[in-house]
Amino acid sequence: MSEKEKLPGHYLKSKEMYELPGLVEYRPRVRYRFSAGQAQTRFLEGLKEGKILGVKCPRCGRVYVPPRAYCEYCYAATSEWVELPGTGVIHTAVISYISTFRERMEKPEIVGVVRLDAPGYKEDSYEFAGLFHKLCGVTEEDVKTGRAIGMKVKPRWRPPEERVGDVNDIECFEPVVEG
Amino acid sequence: MVRVAIVGIGWYGFKPSVPELSFREMMFEASSRAYMDAGVDPRSDVDAFVSCQEDYWEGIAITDEFAPEPIGGVLRPTFTVAGDGLQGIAQAYMLIKTGYFDVVAVESHAKPSDVESLQEIYELAMDPHYIRPLGVANPFFMAGLDATAYLERTGATREHLAMVAAKNRNNGLLNPRASYASRVTVDEILDAEPAVYPLTRYEIASFADAAVVVVLASEEKARELTDTPVWLEGIGWATEAGTGSPEWHLWGMMPSMRVAADMAYSMAGISDPMGQTDFAEVEDRFSYAELVALEELRIAPESAAHKLLEQGVFDYQGRYPVNPSGGSLSMGVAFEATGLARLLEAVLQLRGEAGAHQLEGVERAVVASWRGPPTRTSMVAVLSV
Amino acid sequence: MKMNIHVKDRVAVVGAGITLFRRRLLETPRELAWEAAKMALDNAGLTLADIDCVVIGTAPDAFDGIHLNGEYLADGAGGYGKPTVRVYVGGGTGVFVPIAAWWHVASGLCNTVLAVAEEKMSPAHPHPQGVFAYIWDPVLERPLGPNLIWIFAMEMRRYMHRCGATKEDIALVSVKNKRNALDHPAAQAAANITVEDVLNSETLVWPVNRLDISPVSDGAAALILAREREARRITDTPVWVEGIGWSLDNTHWYNRELGYPRYVQYAARMAYRMAGIERPWKEIDVAEPYDPFDYKELHHIEGLMLARPCEAPKLLKEGWFDRDGELPTSPSGGLLGVGNPIAAAGLMKAAEIFWQLRYEAGRRQVKKPVHKGVAQAWGDLMQVGTVIVMSN
Repeated sequence: MSEKEKLPGHYLKSKEMYELPGLVEYRPRVRYRFSAGQAQTRFLEGLKEGKILGVKCPRCGRVYVPPRAYCEYCYAATSEWVELPGTGVIHTAVISYISTFRERMEKPEIVGVVRLDAPGYKEDSYEFAGLFHKLCGVTEEDVKTGRAIGMKVKPRWRPPEERVGDVNDIECFEPVVEG
Repeated sequence: MVRVAIVGIGWYGFKPSVPELSFREMMFEASSRAYMDAGVDPRSDVDAFVSCQEDYWEGIAITDEFAPEPIGGVLRPTFTVAGDGLQGIAQAYMLIKTGYFDVVAVESHAKPSDVESLQEIYELAMDPHYIRPLGVANPFFMAGLDATAYLERTGATREHLAMVAAKNRNNGLLNPRASYASRVTVDEILDAEPAVYPLTRYEIASFADAAVVVVLASEEKARELTDTPVWLEGIGWATEAGTGSPEWHLWGMMPSMRVAADMAYSMAGISDPMGQTDFAEVEDRFSYAELVALEELRIAPESAAHKLLEQGVFDYQGRYPVNPSGGSLSMGVAFEATGLARLLEAVLQLRGEAGAHQLEGVERAVVASWRGPPTRTSMVAVLSV
Repeated sequence: MKMNIHVKDRVAVVGAGITLFRRRLLETPRELAWEAAKMALDNAGLTLADIDCVVIGTAPDAFDGIHLNGEYLADGAGGYGKPTVRVYVGGGTGVFVPIAAWWHVASGLCNTVLAVAEEKMSPAHPHPQGVFAYIWDPVLERPLGPNLIWIFAMEMRRYMHRCGATKEDIALVSVKNKRNALDHPAAQAAANITVEDVLNSETLVWPVNRLDISPVSDGAAALILAREREARRITDTPVWVEGIGWSLDNTHWYNRELGYPRYVQYAARMAYRMAGIERPWKEIDVAEPYDPFDYKELHHIEGLMLARPCEAPKLLKEGWFDRDGELPTSPSGGLLGVGNPIAAAGLMKAAEIFWQLRYEAGRRQVKKPVHKGVAQAWGDLMQVGTVIVMSN
């Protein structure tokens, strides 16, 4: 098919689309109540107590955070729970200027992946225990220059009375101040 | 010619609610049992994984994301069919037939107890221009229209529909997976308030949380793995009037079931399904649908399914038992796992492992399911030992 | 899995069709599917009566806002009364549709298969990005209020770190692909732009700017696959499907290295093994790696083993991947240039390899002689690799 081909399809401008007679406005009203299951429930209970819990595979020794009921590599049921120190290093970090629904945010937000200190993984292994979360005390400059990557961080917990058993019980991960 | 066999099957749930496990953990439980049954390690022995699910049932856009981990499919050829589990079986069948794949696993699950707004999801299946603006309160109105047309066309009566429900609800009493089984009589069903005329609540299946996993293998591999392979002799599937709009629908009929059946029968060399097979597991989420399907499957002559039903042919003790498991009316609709529930029951019967509701001397079965409405896709499988 | 088996019948691609890719199209999803399917049938000189089976691909149902979307699309895609199935691997669906069509034919069950991919993103209102709010783990991720671009930005940031690549290096992909798209009649975002234009466009989630991303689109594409006997009857220039491969990594994308797509490598190895390719970087003549974001093309070139890890940015700068280069990538203009109606965009990539191998791509035709080509797509939570290898 060369560049000369005339292809089917009729382009609409935004205004034209919203003036079409056949345009039906419809808002789905679907609602769910997701059961977290055994592994995630225990993890969320841990967060409420200010702990990051992982679960260990009896075969390969990988420690999973977030925990799952099975090891995805060995296909073995996991059962041994371990508490992690919560510290780790930033694997990657970005600066978001937009919200979930793509509105411009007033104050940019820094988010990233934290590679947690956990047994069962070789250094620099492809897989690791880790969490996706917000980062605080990390500057835009840190992200852009790459200083942020590899930075040592720890969770900043919400006060115990505010914790409800939700990933937001950790407010964010913040740099560990040495000394 | 590569023959294809079912060498393992596992399930979990079949309860109104499984609150103790997430859908992923249910998948793990069902697949663990299936792999144990087949004697395979998914991490090394299974060549491809098929998961059958739909985004809106799950409440997750791109629900495929969650398929691989719990079934042992991480970093392996795993994919999703947005369709019934039996369509997944068809994909597995074809994969094995290519000669490249020896063992394929098919998974499907349902967690309706996680869904707070099933009606709205049914509405989302309706055509956005023709049907949704009408704001019909009950999405099962289509089943009512379809059932009425069926009665009109064939001369069957409401009593016949109630007989289907009574048969299946009672059959389920011997099946541990039949949470909705009940000792209900035809009169009780007829006396109940219609939910969507002409159907009462006894004639509309409820929902169940369930997960089913099936392991299929090529003949060569199946002989290594098991002494009791269940052969998948034929499989067919087809989609019908895809407009999503009832004007084009052939009411009271299921043309896709006929196409699917002809395909499966021709593969299995079947010309007289009632004569050449011993029983059937047929999707029955509405009572009338069992009768429609039996006609389209050519198990009953046109417009005569209700007459055979009357004669007791389809009873548990009858000449050709239909839904000895109790069907979906007893076991509940498990979203896209519904077809695999029918398959599961047929496999257990053929292996002689059905327990209290074991039929005697059965060697060949027809398994049929469908999804929709508004647009129906039907699937038919022929199994044998 | 068995390899090097004796195959009686090979599988060929014998026709292709595509609609315009645009931000908003008048056609309904079913009409789009029909237009692409009709064009593919005409291209092969067939009618719907000649088609045995249909495979449909479309990505999240929430764009169309339709449940049982495969059934809804079925009649437009030619599936009425035929064995029809909708396969689904997120963003990787487009290339997966011909993969599934391959096994429909290779199994011996179907002689001819219509493979149709469609996406209509414009019904999602106010912005299709909203749909992506529901792709996350409902318990652990959604409460953080993520935006889809976050994860890609995180992956891009990691790739930059791991490979020492700069934003300038990566922007070159966008420049190349949008320029290539000037010759694609379906293209929505073709342009002659510079690296500066990319860097100066709106920063959405640093390091991702607006011109690093492919646009939101409506559109459809279709291919027809047939077994060898039929293919020879239909056309003198069938394009053979030599290998297919796919792989799905774990759901927990934040539990693995984001700088290298191992799932693409696994998928590619499967496809190359089937195709008997041992040195893809030498044996592949033209490639369509998936490029919804510019860094993704580089990431995927490395995953496809067409370059060593971290080598792609340097080769790109040297013109290696240009249309007149050693190994042209995205000669179509890719998703960055032609547009990104998700499933349809992946199939467009497979269609481009078909046209390239038939020497029918007009001004898009790459300069070197071509024998083997590869198309690839990617999707889910940075999980899926789908790969198809074709030859002429």
